[in-house]
Formats: sequence, structure tokens, C-alpha cells
Amino acid sequence: MAFNILRTGHRIGKILNVKSAIHSTQRVLTVGQPVLNKKEVEVTFVKANGDRLKAKGKVGDSLLDVVINSNLDLDGFGACEGTLTCSTCHLICSQETYDSLPNKPSEEELDMLDLAYELTDTSRLGCQIILTEDMDGLTVKVPATINDARS
Amino acid sequence: MYNLWFNRVHIKGAIKPKICIVGAGPAGFYAAQHLSKKLEKSEIDILEKLPVPFGLVRFGVAPDHPEVKNVINTFTKTAQHPNVKYYGNISFGKDVFLQDLQRFYHVVLLTYGAEEYRKLNIPGEEFHNVIPARKIVGWYNGVPTDKDLNLNLDGERMIIFGQGNVAIDVARILLSPIDQLKKTDITEYALEKISQSKVKKIYLVGRRGPLQAAYTIKELREMLKLKGCQTIWRNEDFSALTSEILGTLARPKKRITELMISSLQQETKLQPELNFFSPIFFRSPLEILGEQKAEKVILGVNRLVGNDILTQKAQLTDKTEDLECDSIVTSIGYKGVQVDPSVPFDNQQGIVKNTDGKISTGLYTTGWLGTGPVGVILTTMSNAFSVAERIVKDINVDNLLESNKKGYGGVQEIVNKNNIPVVNWQDWEKIDKHEVDKGKIIGKPREKLVTIKDMLEVANS
Ligand SMILES: Cc1cc2nc3c(=O)[nH]c(=O)nc-3n(C[C@H](O)[C@H](O)[C@H](O)COP(=O)(O)OP(=O)(O)OC[C@H]3O[C@@H](n4cnc5c(N)ncnc54)[C@H](O)[C@@H]3O)c2cc1C
Ligand code: FES
Repeated sequence: MAFNILRTGHRIGKILNVKSAIHSTQRVLTVGQPVLNKKEVEVTFVKANGDRLKAKGKVGDSLLDVVINSNLDLDGFGACEGTLTCSTCHLICSQETYDSLPNKPSEEELDMLDLAYELTDTSRLGCQIILTEDMDGLTVKVPATINDARS
Repeated sequence: MYNLWFNRVHIKGAIKPKICIVGAGPAGFYAAQHLSKKLEKSEIDILEKLPVPFGLVRFGVAPDHPEVKNVINTFTKTAQHPNVKYYGNISFGKDVFLQDLQRFYHVVLLTYGAEEYRKLNIPGEEFHNVIPARKIVGWYNGVPTDKDLNLNLDGERMIIFGQGNVAIDVARILLSPIDQLKKTDITEYALEKISQSKVKKIYLVGRRGPLQAAYTIKELREMLKLKGCQTIWRNEDFSALTSEILGTLARPKKRITELMISSLQQETKLQPELNFFSPIFFRSPLEILGEQKAEKVILGVNRLVGNDILTQKAQLTDKTEDLECDSIVTSIGYKGVQVDPSVPFDNQQGIVKNTDGKISTGLYTTGWLGTGPVGVILTTMSNAFSVAERIVKDINVDNLLESNKKGYGGVQEIVNKNNIPVVNWQDWEKIDKHEVDKGKIIGKPREKLVTIKDMLEVANS
């Protein structure tokens, strides 16, 4: 539990940072200066209907941050705002990608994943994947149940 | 000729879909989110019985799980969408009826949840110390009709019937160190009473076995890590779980079962100074005995029958067992209420009769009212999106926009005539601010208003 609380505090702090980052980016852009020195990496989210959404994120951002900062059209994604209590940020990786991710899922992440629809052995929660420089070009699948209503 | 035809289509297309959502819980808000996104022009009105929104996110989700309530931020964004309006303090089935709403709106979507609790239906259930979990949850979360619950926490031993997350929530709240609750939005009167609580041992009794327990792994793990509390399992409850059976389970079931078994194996000896939490499997309550109050339960011993190990049913044997207690909590499920006699209702299941969310032309349901009280907010969200998507399609297929409709204007005539004070979103924001400010003074994220009168007063201030 202590772990969870710590984590929560961390995530909330993170989301606030993200907001200020948006502001500073805007400001920087108007002055025409190079954006922050943190390296950017590109991530592709593949929706169940085949749409490919490309977005840029900074090293240290989570994939949830990327979805939010780029305003990606993924309904319901990140309902608990990265506090590991919802599993709406469920993403599916290829085996290769899954193996290459630097952090393995924690017990708490696996607990939440166990409630996700279409769980696979290479599933992860987007709010728990933190971008590193090596992840440029990362591609992940967004399961259908979240952004395309089942009928 | 062409022009005329074009004009007609144009006029028809100019009719704005007017949609009424009844119930401002997760189902209502997620449906509104999807509808407002998919329909460029629309009037989406959410009617809510209480002055305050969010349903079980405010009144169900445990106070020590504030992260779960982050969904409120998304709901708030939806409520602020120009096409979405919130109207609180209007009770469906009392202030307005289905017939009215169908006259005023092209589409009516019922999302008023499952408020009734299921009973054990055994002798002794009427004792004053046998209390539905739903009322305890309502009490600590400030539901206006539960705030005066006469909960007696003077005895050590409590039996909870039911093994879902609500049962675990109640056990955790009652066994948590009081310092952990102080910083939550739990109501002040509940905090006060729980700080004096003598409850020390809680049994969580279920009819079936570990494989069928409904609690989820996160909630179980939390219980296992709870400060000052020991979890004690009964060895014999796990005797049938061979490693062969474990090997056949899908990952989620396997992980939670392994967690139970590893906790069972770790068990050290009883430490009387600690609180005690003990899940008991394969037992059905047959009768509650006592003089003035419940003192003992006769439990029937069950065995499981059926081929599929995950869905096996409990069958009573002729063996029984006694379990003594000072109080009893029932947590064996919820059901919806019909509310308005013209809503087609399945009383057995406690849900509105529907096929994938559709009740009849222009009438829909989603959330716990339509699916039954199962799953977490994610489940409700997914269902709400899919029913909303269906509505968007049906608007054309079923020709729902034949004529213009009054929309909220019609509802307004009724509430005005009956002098019902309606709470809009700005009013709710006042209540919200008032509660947050009140909480700040005592170091809590919020201190809830717990009477309708107080809520309306602040709304009108
Ligand atoms: C005790 C408890 C704890 C829970 N904890 C969690 C958790 O931690 N995490 C999680 O993911 N899920 C949790 N859930 C499940 C979650 O709350 C449900 O999935 C979800 O709330 C269902 O949404 P709903 O909109 O169908 O119903 P509700 O949330 O019940 O919303 C129904 C709304 O309709 C209103 N209403 C009722 N009658 C009328 C009427 N006649 N006219 C107008 N309005 C009316 C109600 O006031 C309410 O606002 C919990 C459930 C319970 C019971
Ligand atoms: S955003 Fe809720 S678990 Fe990741």
C-alpha cells in the first residue's frame, strides 16, 4: 500500500508537470526558441480499427502522458489519471516490444491488468510505461473495448 | 423540384436530437461523453434524483480509495460541454415519469443504477444488528438516507455474508487504523464512531470456494497488507486446489488463487493484539439465532456441483456449523428498482428488460440498471460507450427525429408547477467548493453535506 500511495503522489505531481510543460512549450514556441532540451521520441498507437495515431513524447513521460498531451482520440483512456486503479490505459505490445521494455510490470500493475478486457501475455498499462531514448519508434496496440464501443 | 426535396431533407436534418439521460452516475456521464462527441448538434440533459452528481463514485467508492474518484474530472469536463446540461434534484418516477420524458425527448436513456440490496431471506434477519453493507457504505459516505443509520460497533466479532469488493471495503474500513481514515473524505460522524469501534474480528463468509470468490486481487492484496491486521484462512477450504487445477486457470484467476494460497502458507500463529480477518468458504447461512439480537448463525456446509470448476454451484449437505457473532452484515448483491410502472422490468434479475441496451424504439438503458450490478467502473464505461454508439446509429435507422420536441422546456414546466428546486451545474460547483473548503479546515479533501436541505441551501446561496 505504501508503495501505491507513493506512486500516486508521484503520478499526480507528474500530471501537474505536464500541464506546466504545455504552457512553457506554448510560450517557447511563440518566442521561436528550441523546445525543451529533453529528447523527444515517437510513439505509434494502433487502434482496433487499424487507424495509426502517431505522437511525440519526451523521455520520462509515460505513455498516458503522451496520449493526453497529444490529445489523442482514445475515449476513456486513463480514467484514473495514472494512479493504477482503473486499467483503461491497457495497451498490447508485440512480444519483441514487451521484452525490450526496461521496466517489467509490478505486482500492482499485473493486478489491474487482470481486470482488463482482452488481456494478453504482452499487455501493459500505458501509465506505467515510461519513455526512454531507446523507445523511439515504439508501436503499441490499443484494445478495441476502450475506444471503439462493442456492439 | 430538386430544391424543394433538398429543403425538406434539410429541414428534417435541422431537428436537433434531444436526449434525456436519467441518473448522473458513471453510466450517465460516460454515455453523455460519447453522445456529445458523436452528435455535433444535440441537447443532452442529465436528470438526477439527488442534488449532487456522480452516483456511486461519490456514494459507493471507499473513502480511502481517492484515486478511483479521479474519473470525476472527466465527468466534470463532460458536464461543461456546451451541449450537455445537468439537472439535479429531479426524481424519475416521482417528479417526472417515462411518459413525460418520451414526449419531451427523442431519446430517453435510463441509467439510474441498482439501489436495492438483496436479502438473505432467512429467519433472524430482522434483528437490529443485522445490517446491509449498502447502508454501512452509505453511512460512511454520507448518503442522505443512510446518515442516521444506527450502527452498533460495540461487539468484537462481525460476520459479513458475501465475498465481493463491497464486503471487503466494509471490512477494510472497519479494521483500518483510524489515522488512515482521518485524511479521507469519510463523513465526520462515521470517523467518530469508527474511532470508538470495538470490532476486531471479521469473518467473510461465502457460499462457494476460493475459485468463485468475487473480490478482485487488488482489494485482496490490500487486505493482506493492512496494518495491524492478520488474515487467517482455513486450510481445508483449499484442499481441493491441486497444482493440476491451478495449471488450468487463466492468468487472472491463477494469480489471485496463488495469492490466497501463498498467504495461507505464510500464516504465522494468531496474535491476539492484532485485528483479525478471516474468509470462510463453502458455507450458507441458514438461521440467525439470539435473544434480543443476533448472537449466532447456523451455517450449512456446502459442496460444489457442476463440471466447470469456475462456475460450479453450491449445494447444501446435511452438515451444519455454528458461528458466534456480535453483529452481521449482508453483502450479497444489489438489484435495480422499477421506479416507474411503465418501465419494462425483470423483477427476478432486478434489471430493466433490454437487448444490448435497447428497451424499445427511442428508449435505452445502460450501467448497473441494464447490466445488473456487476463489474467495476471500466465495465460500466465500456457498456455506456457501446449503448451510446447504438443510439447514434439508431437515430437515423429508427427515424427518431421525425418532429421537433420540447426538451428540457417540458420538464421545466413540470418542476416549476410543483415547486421543485432544481440544482444545475453551477449550483453543484458551489456545493463542491463548500465541501472542499469545509474539509480543508479539518485536514480532509472534503467534508460532505449529508442532508438534501443543506445541499439546496448552499446551491441557492
Ligand atoms: C460500495 C461500492 C463500491 C465500489 N467501488 C468501486 C471501485 O473502487 N472501483 C470501481 O471501479 N468500481 C467500484 N464500484 C462499482 C461502480 O460504482 C459501478 O460500476 C458504477 O457506479 C455503476 O454506474 P451506474 O451509473 O450504472 O450506477 P450509479 O453509480 O448507481 O448511478 C446511478 C445514478 O442514478 C441516480 N438515481 C437513482 N434513482 C434515480 C431516480 N429515480 N431518478 C433520477 N436519478 C436516479 C443515483 O442517485 C445515481 O446518481 C463500487 C460499487 C459499490 C456499490
Ligand atoms: S490510467 Fe488508470 S491504471 Fe493507468
